[in-house]
Amino acid sequence: MTAAETSLALSVFLACAVEAVEAFTVVLAIASTRKASSALAGTGAALALLAVATAALGPALTNLPINALRLVVGGLLLVFGLQWLRKAILRAAGAKALHDEAAIFAAEVAAAAEEPPPGPGLDRYGFAICFKAVALEGLEVVVIVLTFGANQHDVGLAAAAAAAAVLAVLGLGLAVRAPLARVPENTMKFVVGVMLCAFGTFWGAEGAGASWPGGEASLPFLVALIALVALALVRYARAALDAVAPAPAPAPRTGP
Amino acid sequence: MSGLLGGVWDFVVGDDWTLALAVVLALGLTALAVAAGLAAWWVAPVVVPLFLLASIRRALRSRG
Repeated sequence: MTAAETSLALSVFLACAVEAVEAFTVVLAIASTRKASSALAGTGAALALLAVATAALGPALTNLPINALRLVVGGLLLVFGLQWLRKAILRAAGAKALHDEAAIFAAEVAAAAEEPPPGPGLDRYGFAICFKAVALEGLEVVVIVLTFGANQHDVGLAAAAAAAAVLAVLGLGLAVRAPLARVPENTMKFVVGVMLCAFGTFWGAEGAGASWPGGEASLPFLVALIALVALALVRYARAALDAVAPAPAPAPRTGP
Repeated sequence: MSGLLGGVWDFVVGDDWTLALAVVLALGLTALAVAAGLAAWWVAPVVVPLFLLASIRRALRSRG
């Protein structure tokens, strides 16, 4: 496996694992408080929709001329990557709350408890919540799999990495039967953000007509550069937060 | 329909639209530089981090 293929598989695996963890939390909350069959039906329907979207969009993407494909795909990956990286930087610096799967699970359980209890047949609430969670989290996965796969001419490898991530999360989740709160989601999002930005910058610039010095050999340098910029921004944000934090109150005077 | 468009906007653009603008600007400038016969590979790696820095600064300021 080449370095580019390894990076592709790693990026897709991590991105899919993060999205799968988030979707799993919602499905588990609904399945454990309402009708599990309806939660699974909603999950299955969303997965079917995602499969149709992949089948429809995949050939359309791969049929684009290579430069147009790289421009569109690079631009999309860069936009997604910047969103992921921005959130990860703010979370790492303490400027934004960390994604807390246990708290999200508790909130979903509380919201489900406020709904009327499910009757016989399909629990429409549980179906809709699970469908929406899986479809929304999965849509980003579909875009990442298709864009990475189409650009590297290896949709199979990207799809295999995505399937491996979903199976790993599912296996882990079923083993612990609890939200996967200890998965280092923010670190994973940080890494994925860096990789998406690096690949997006590389392909986007190539699609716009630029030539990279050394061709694909410049990709690792681009990954390192973006990682260093992101880490520097975390330090900057931490320092900025420390500078505006209120100074500790002076100790009360006890003497005259 | 407006809900669908809003969903697409949220999905593609996310929390800060200036980052999407940065991508359009960076790739557009790259294409212009290439058309002018210049080496343009460095444009996006310079433009995009600057916009990311500005976005982080805005997010920090909005926290008060």
